[in-house]
Amino acid sequence: MLIRRIVILVGMLLVLTACSSVEPWVKPYERANLADEIMQFQRDPVSATYMIHVYGAREGARGAEGGHGGGCGCN
Amino acid sequence: MRAAPKVVMVGAVAVTSFRHLQLAGLCMLWLGFPAGAGVLPDDRADALYHSYDGGGVTITGPSILVLKNVRQDLVISGNYYVDSISSASIDVVTQASPYEEERTEYTLGADYMHNNSIMSASYTSSDENDYEAQTASFGISMDMFANMTTVAMGYTRGWDVVGKVNDPSFSENVDRQSYTLGLTQVITKDMLMEVNYEAITDEGFLNNPYRSARFLDPDSALGYSYEPEVYPDTRTSNALAIRSIYHLPFRASALAEYRIYNDTWGILAQNFKVAFVRPVISGWVFEGRYRYYTQNSADFYSDLFPRRDSQNFVGRDKELSTFTNNTLGFTMSFDFIRNGWHWIDRGSINFSYDHMWFDYADFRDLRDTSAPAGGEPLYSFSADVAQIFVSIWF
Repeated sequence: MLIRRIVILVGMLLVLTACSSVEPWVKPYERANLADEIMQFQRDPVSATYMIHVYGAREGARGAEGGHGGGCGCN
Repeated sequence: MRAAPKVVMVGAVAVTSFRHLQLAGLCMLWLGFPAGAGVLPDDRADALYHSYDGGGVTITGPSILVLKNVRQDLVISGNYYVDSISSASIDVVTQASPYEEERTEYTLGADYMHNNSIMSASYTSSDENDYEAQTASFGISMDMFANMTTVAMGYTRGWDVVGKVNDPSFSENVDRQSYTLGLTQVITKDMLMEVNYEAITDEGFLNNPYRSARFLDPDSALGYSYEPEVYPDTRTSNALAIRSIYHLPFRASALAEYRIYNDTWGILAQNFKVAFVRPVISGWVFEGRYRYYTQNSADFYSDLFPRRDSQNFVGRDKELSTFTNNTLGFTMSFDFIRNGWHWIDRGSINFSYDHMWFDYADFRDLRDTSAPAGGEPLYSFSADVAQIFVSIWF
């Protein structure tokens, strides 16, 4: 299936990337904008969870709503 | 308390109470704590009141979330959530009687940080008068490549028991499993990107014990009759989402999201969302957003089957039909404590409103009994979703 193929491809790219040393192209002192509180995929956890609940109850699709972690390591 | 049921069924619209549980159990655990790997979430408490009103259904209730660092490397969290449901939806008014019910959910979680990794575990219990769900979730997220990349993986297991209010002997099980993989990447000093994949497998009694499918019946005055829905007892789905957020040259951010979904029931769905966040005046932040969702119907869905027992699986749940949903919304936030007050570091009050338009392409409005069977107008409805919540950081 298309989605599985894409995921496997991304996974293979990650493995290949991990084999080489990667220089950070955005230095820690350049992350002020990334650390801005308006740069969050989900700004309010309790509200975001509720909206996903609302959509999930009325739509056939489910999953991959995000919020599994992440961020920019800039706090 | 429910109103006295008519003959056919009590709660065709456990549609709202039943179906959302399936997702609630799997989804709600993960979503509360968007901590970056290597950074535990701050101590905070949120008290939210939510209201949904649309399609004859009203759902209100509170949600309370508390996160507390008990050690430097350990955060525990608790969430209390209630849905108070009053339903006279299209299914209910055409096949049953309006009813009221309540669902209560408790979640306990812990996040443990070790070097650049955070390990998470949580447990959720959800209960209503005809459905119980227990869910356990585990996950790990890691920062790598000089904190440019965060990888997250998770596994969730759910055990549900499906009941029936007018039949105490009815009890069926559902087992659920979910696998998640997430990647967040710093793209530039102004841009982040996130990719999430989730596979969910369900096994057990997956249809609504109350709902019926309709079929052509020349012997009926309306031209159709009803038979119980029959769904497959397994369902496996894949969802892949990509999100990007960009910091604009002035202090504002723009977010874009795309998700594609398919499952073994034949549903293919996509949604697209854009959002804009902008601090307006001192202490005030505005967010505007638009979301578009579309899906095709499940293989065994039909608004009107040609005859009784026409195929192995039959379903007439409008959430399995072909439809679109457009949502337009905004949030206004105001920091009423910005520089600390006693033990509170910061406090904000927020109001959020979303308007939804659902348009169905193959689900008909059976309230029109003058039309011939299958010739009724297509169903559509709109809904108002409002939230007011207070957040404090301490």
